[in-house]
Amino acid sequence: MDFVTPINSAARRVPIWPLYILCALPPFWFLYQGLTGGLGVEPIKALEHRLGELALQFLVAGLAITPLRRHLGVNLIRFRRMVGLAAFYYVALHLLVWLVLDVQILGQIWADILKRPYITVGMAGFVLLLPLAVTSNAWSIRKLGPKWRQLHKLVYPAVLLGALHFVMLVKGFQIEPLLYMGAILMLLALRFKPARRRQFV
Amino acid sequence: GAILGATGTRAMAQEALKPNSYEEITTYNNYYEFGTGKDDPARYADALTTAPWSVTIDGLVDNPGEFSMEDILARMTIEERIYRFRCVEAWSMVVPWNGFELSDLLNMAGVQSSAKYVAFETALRPDEMPGVAYRVLDWPYVEGLRLDEAMHPLTIMATGIYDKPIPNQNGAPLRLVVPWKYGFKSIKSIVRITLTDTQPGTSWNKAGPNEYGFYSNVNPTVDHPRWSQATERRVGGGLFAGREPTLMFNGYEEVANLYTGMDLAENF
Repeated sequence: MDFVTPINSAARRVPIWPLYILCALPPFWFLYQGLTGGLGVEPIKALEHRLGELALQFLVAGLAITPLRRHLGVNLIRFRRMVGLAAFYYVALHLLVWLVLDVQILGQIWADILKRPYITVGMAGFVLLLPLAVTSNAWSIRKLGPKWRQLHKLVYPAVLLGALHFVMLVKGFQIEPLLYMGAILMLLALRFKPARRRQFV
Repeated sequence: GAILGATGTRAMAQEALKPNSYEEITTYNNYYEFGTGKDDPARYADALTTAPWSVTIDGLVDNPGEFSMEDILARMTIEERIYRFRCVEAWSMVVPWNGFELSDLLNMAGVQSSAKYVAFETALRPDEMPGVAYRVLDWPYVEGLRLDEAMHPLTIMATGIYDKPIPNQNGAPLRLVVPWKYGFKSIKSIVRITLTDTQPGTSWNKAGPNEYGFYSNVNPTVDHPRWSQATERRVGGGLFAGREPTLMFNGYEEVANLYTGMDLAENF
């Protein structure tokens, strides 16, 4: 049974620009919920966690695209830039909520970045993503040539730092952050596995 | 109205404490036996059977035994205590508890002179507590106080909130409240109280000895290794709530004499 061909032909027909809008909308909904009680009695933390978790999910989705093509023949490569930029958008909003709504105090923000390892790790991940977001356009790909591919390998350490940030911040022994870390390690490991040649119909 | 008592007056006088709403107090909880999400306890704690309930009091006491909730309540005087509640995660609330002084219960059991510590244990019911399927902590949850802390008039056993029976997610039917310590010291749904002469183990201390000490007094000058304890956010302030400075002993400075001569940065 071939499930790859229908997925690939459907994927070819989906226009990409509406997906950018779709991915950009949820934070506005969260903000509305936060203002109207929909995020519970501590909306700042809820907003922070929701944005951080979505950021991780987009990062995992982005990492899955290459192994999906190499090992299963599912080609979603034309969505990769959109997924990557969405991940960056959620990481940036997560950081912004932490800065503006959570910590608020400028002096403490710097102290936290320097003193708190899980925040140092999270910030390092964000900094690694910055050049990737800036160069996620056709002009940069042309301009940078083969260097572009090299540069965008920075996403691997960035995603690992993101997952580590989550593992480090929870209290007690919790499963959820370890599941993200496990999925990410697996998706990275698949890159070292030689591709199996598939027969295409 | 609130019975402040001589010891409570000073802390209460610092500001008029406006309690959080019943909804805030009962929907934002840490009770990992029901899950690690803040809304998990409110969602799942209904399953906990709280009647009948009994508490075993043993160890260095004159009258050890298993006491039913009815038996305990018949012999205790319930009063209201409006206390600040400061979580180690740097959020806080103000809760109007109903309860009785722990010292009354311990005196009922007859504390022997050799006792130096009080150990507490939470119920462990895998059938009723979905969270204990995960080893987030070493179940059952255990806590402990030094005897003088336990006998302090600010230390209560809570049985209600806002004059209603305490909801399961807040530790029904009987929980400890030690208002000058981080919230996790105030152990919930207690089934055993043991008087000992050695310092008992406590769940969070066992899980992370460099992060959670035996004393765990609220102290703005001693940070948690992963976050600052200098400020806190009152739950219920909405999306733009600012942070407030955290007070030494959570504002209950009348307990300071319990720790005379102790380095509180070392004994955190």
